[in-house]
Amino acid sequence: MAAVAVTADPLDLQALTAEIAGSSTGDGAVATFVGLVREQNQGRRVSFLDYEAYEPLAVRALNRILDEARDTWPTTRIGVHHRIGRLELGEASIVIVAASAHRGDAFAACRYTIERVKQIVPIWKHEHFAGGDVWLEGATADPDDEAARQAALRIACA
Amino acid sequence: MRVTVRLFARLRDLAGSGELVRDVPDPATVQSVWRTLVAEMPALQDYERTMSVAVNADYSKMTAPVSDGDEVAFLPPVSGG
Repeated sequence: MAAVAVTADPLDLQALTAEIAGSSTGDGAVATFVGLVREQNQGRRVSFLDYEAYEPLAVRALNRILDEARDTWPTTRIGVHHRIGRLELGEASIVIVAASAHRGDAFAACRYTIERVKQIVPIWKHEHFAGGDVWLEGATADPDDEAARQAALRIACA
Repeated sequence: MRVTVRLFARLRDLAGSGELVRDVPDPATVQSVWRTLVAEMPALQDYERTMSVAVNADYSKMTAPVSDGDEVAFLPPVSGG
């Protein structure tokens, strides 16, 4: 199993955790994050989400985020899998695993990864709700925007 | 020269296709490819302020040169996670 994936298959947190943390006895902490499809968004009742990705660039951007995190938390290992295609309510859209010697680094690296995913990974949610559909648009992706990166770092270390 | 244009999310919906092949004058930049598209599909214009661009699946800039056979992608603001 690769540390980074963009896949139409259901995500498997347990398998990714085993992959990232399973063989090490030096870890004191594993932090995980699972993003779920929520029923309510901005006052709309969501029916389902359809995720689209520019896959080769999404994989590159995810690897870049892991490189950034390694620079900040050198002993932390991270895995991140993002799902694409149609997802029903309650399904996992993203799973992140961060394993480290200490909990502080594991939590921070995990949070940093999800914040950066939302900033620079070319994936889009097409929200289908009662009465219509809308493409959600968040951040203008610019991996070289240092202010955005610092903002993610501040959130991660808050 | 001939380039492949990739469009995603709402840009893809507006264009009616996620992949287009276009002939553009040489020398070309990402900007000149974009202008060709907007001339054809003015509805795309609004995204110029907020989109990102990529050449051959790597983030790039509007001023970057484009070569024959390149894949040029225009990306609305992202909403993954």
